[in-house]
Amino acid sequence: MSETISRATVAMTVNGRRHSAEADARTGLGEFLREALGYTGTHLACEHGVCGACTVMVDGVAMRSCLMLAVQADGCEVTTIEGLAAPDGTLHPVQQALHEQFGLQCGFCTPGVAITLAAVTRDNPAATVEDMEKAMSGHICRCTGYQGIRRAIRQLAGEVPGPHGGEHA
Amino acid sequence: MNIRQSVGATRYLGERTPRKENARLLTGRGQFVDDVRVAGALHIAFARSQVARGRIVSIDTSAALDLPGVQAVYTQADFADVPVHFLNYFFTPILAPVTLLADGRVACVGEAVAMVIAESRAIAEDGAALVEIVIEEETPLVTLADAKRGPPVHPGFDDNIAAEMGDEDSILALKDMLKGAAHVVSQRIAHQRIAQSPMENRACLAIPDGAGEMTIHLGCQSPHLAARVLAMSLGMEPAQLRVIAKDVGGGFGLKNIPWREEIATVVAARKFGRPLKWIEDRFEALTASSHAREQDITLTAGFDAEGHLLGAYAEYDSNNGAWPMGEDANIAVHMFMWPAYKLKAYGFVTRGWYTNTMGLGGYRGPWAMESLIREVLLEKAAKQIGIDVIEIRRRNLVTAADQPFTSTLGITVDDITTDACLEKLVAHLDLPKFRKEQAEARKQGRYLGIGFAAYIEPTGSAGSMQPMTGETAQVRIEPTGKVVATLSTHSQGHGTATTMAQVIADRLGVKYEDVAIYEGDSALGAFSPGAGGSRQAVIAGGACWTAAENLADKVRTVAAHVSNASVEAVSIVDGMVHIDGAPEMSRSLREIAEIAYGEPHRLPPGMASGLESQFRYQPPPMTMTSAAHACVVEVNPDTGFVKILRWCSAEDCGTVINPGIVEGQIAGGLAQAIGQVLLEDMPYDAKGNPLAATFKDYLMPAISDVPDFEYLHANTPSQTTGGMRGVGEGGAIVGPPTLVNAIADALAPFGTLGETITLPLTPTRVLGVIEGRDLGGHGETAAAVVEEAPAPVAAAPVAAARIDGSYAMTMKTPMGDQAMTGHFRTDGSALSGELESPEGSQGFTGSVEGNRLKFDLKVEKPMKITLKYDLVVEGDSISGKVKMGMFGSSKISGTRV
Repeated sequence: MSETISRATVAMTVNGRRHSAEADARTGLGEFLREALGYTGTHLACEHGVCGACTVMVDGVAMRSCLMLAVQADGCEVTTIEGLAAPDGTLHPVQQALHEQFGLQCGFCTPGVAITLAAVTRDNPAATVEDMEKAMSGHICRCTGYQGIRRAIRQLAGEVPGPHGGEHA
Repeated sequence: MNIRQSVGATRYLGERTPRKENARLLTGRGQFVDDVRVAGALHIAFARSQVARGRIVSIDTSAALDLPGVQAVYTQADFADVPVHFLNYFFTPILAPVTLLADGRVACVGEAVAMVIAESRAIAEDGAALVEIVIEEETPLVTLADAKRGPPVHPGFDDNIAAEMGDEDSILALKDMLKGAAHVVSQRIAHQRIAQSPMENRACLAIPDGAGEMTIHLGCQSPHLAARVLAMSLGMEPAQLRVIAKDVGGGFGLKNIPWREEIATVVAARKFGRPLKWIEDRFEALTASSHAREQDITLTAGFDAEGHLLGAYAEYDSNNGAWPMGEDANIAVHMFMWPAYKLKAYGFVTRGWYTNTMGLGGYRGPWAMESLIREVLLEKAAKQIGIDVIEIRRRNLVTAADQPFTSTLGITVDDITTDACLEKLVAHLDLPKFRKEQAEARKQGRYLGIGFAAYIEPTGSAGSMQPMTGETAQVRIEPTGKVVATLSTHSQGHGTATTMAQVIADRLGVKYEDVAIYEGDSALGAFSPGAGGSRQAVIAGGACWTAAENLADKVRTVAAHVSNASVEAVSIVDGMVHIDGAPEMSRSLREIAEIAYGEPHRLPPGMASGLESQFRYQPPPMTMTSAAHACVVEVNPDTGFVKILRWCSAEDCGTVINPGIVEGQIAGGLAQAIGQVLLEDMPYDAKGNPLAATFKDYLMPAISDVPDFEYLHANTPSQTTGGMRGVGEGGAIVGPPTLVNAIADALAPFGTLGETITLPLTPTRVLGVIEGRDLGGHGETAAAVVEEAPAPVAAAPVAAARIDGSYAMTMKTPMGDQAMTGHFRTDGSALSGELESPEGSQGFTGSVEGNRLKFDLKVEKPMKITLKYDLVVEGDSISGKVKMGMFGSSKISGTRV
């Protein structure tokens, strides 16, 4: 129980800023980012590694922050949704594509989706629609039916985002 | 519709305007409940029952209280002094004896038994695990069949019928009528239990502000409705409660009203005097949030030789669970099954049943079974009769020429276009080409199928049910010339800040970027139920429309006055105010605003200063949306996997404010439909344990499960201001039959999907159809057996019964219990008296036979109907039923006062 749980000081760089805080050994990275460091943009939605909402980049790799302990990220560079846009506020191409293509509704799963697509396109600037859809298959979105996310993926891959509706009688 | 449009203005209606909500949601700056930080807040976790049914022998909280960091542990005994009146969505009492925490007994697995308050959520969860609950187990009732024969879930109740309407006589009459029919077709569908699964689980942060005041951050679908329900439930003044919900991660009906855990958090925060936060985890969300949909229906329809519908009847049962968020026989299934079809007669019995499972809550298109069973039956009938699946609909759909058309249950449609949507769809798809491909594919052992469905979606309901009201829009132009609107809309993904700003920008003549929308706070704006019933674009859209036009009129009047021009000569374009023929006199909206606020002496005499407009829009009682969908699938005969190759929607939702948002609503509903038909299932084992505890067990549709959707928009303006029609629930209603029909068509070489279609159609079940045998497998739940319902209350002739007097009576209705007082006076065999209800008092005369009273009452609301009462007095008790025309009978019970 909690009185026997060991605590550690965890230091990490989040979105280019250095942080250090105490954490229980059992504290997940997502909880640490939210509760200790105040990066509430990372959302915990299933806490068992299926839905992908809590995805952050750890040393450039997309990770489910609910499945990783804070202490495991000690000394790492972490990128959360708050750090995706440029410092001047210009949206990351992934954010811009999701914005233009109605790729989000309630926005709860969106941070993880955006981080995953940012990680895929960063690792492989020539990532195809198939590459990105495969990565996206590890995310659950309950609102959009994935239509806008798929169009955003096509936009990122340099394809025509459609099909749209738009045949108005 | 009166559209005033300035030439050259930027149009926003009908545009794919990017959403205003995105700026914060895409950058991690949304404000969901768990993102709100309050000094001194403590965290709640619940210890829950692992037993489905039994008596609580003991609850030992000592180990939990000993844990450092645990501040308190509450059980129901600690809340005994807090009266909580649990209400359903219609503000009528929950009939089951529901309490904040389990009170002496548990009735389902997951029921909260104790609340632990601790310094962190982790410690609260540790504490909850240390609460020792001893329960004397009883055999649970899990299935509908169990409910029909088992002892009452709630001690003291007569049976497990939670709600019922309709009447066996109506079914017998239809059976008689259809005896000579050329074709009689039956279909049964056993619909699985669904976990609504918004991505953000339920959440509540209750902050006691001072003496009797409270700010509550709540995952909800309307802060105003939540505040009203909380105030009524807790006997507080609405002004004592402020509910804020800036961002909510999906609702889908689950968050219609605050429920046990949310109300318990509020009560505990008052009691403990500290801010308390409860954040539901996914295990709780799946197993202990209200569920949806578990239901069973058998529909039988008769046709003449040409495939024209003659009549139909249905028996429907819904598994309400132990603690439904409103006992429900789902009368809407029957009401909305036929208004789009020329059906001449319909009979039904519909019941909700208590079981020892988690309670039933709302879910997108709660009545969706009407379209599922009807459209599946129609395609089955077409194949049986030997006509095309499109043709059977052409012969039966209500056309423009048939309208206004009133269904057998009294629903009148006068502007539906279902038949036109179907024709649009057929014209878009090359059906003969598909049939050719299908035949070729079958030769190669590939099984393609196409399915269709047509339906109407009742939307924008207002004025006939307590919570379903009009909407108020408050729009003002600030002294800066920027526009601010305060609304009671709420978005759990709906994008209402976007669509409402589009309406205002378009009608006022300003830039979309210059319109700011404030919503999500019960302290702002007027009462509205927010999201629910596909209503916001229809009703709030109409309110914004008129408020903005009225404000534009004021601007034009001011500009005309200060420019010595006629009002007719003034136009507002992109935030600039122009005078026809005098371009040098153009002013910015800011200049006009500065006059209106800062130099009121320059305004026309008597005009109020400022530039503000408020309008409350009361739309027609209901607005119908029409649609037809088609999808193409390929079924793999070796694996039973269904691949959706194509999906096309032809929908008529009137004026489209933003096609991107409309399509998003349709697509989201369709993805949920695909989940319901192929993947999602919350099964229970025989001991009442929910078996899907993670997203590895509860299969949510992923991007790989959902095809590209094609949209054909038709735009027949509705009769509302602006002409919008709702579109929030349709995909979830029309999607299931479209997909089931496509799978049935693909599997046609192997026969039908069977007399009973059990959802979801897992690969195992699909292979069962292909191989012609039951392969069992995942999610097989005990099939409900349709049994005779308990006989209605019979009148026993008793001589010289003492009848005269007043009785406090309760009538079970689809919207919950209705209380009334009956005053009866007898004179021989003559009866007279009055019935008093919150709607008023009405007199009647009738007859007495022994202890049996019979009388009729004519009512106007919600529709013109004659209520036939048949009551029996025994001692000081009164009971019986009231027959409500085609709606069948409702039970009445009461006692002498």
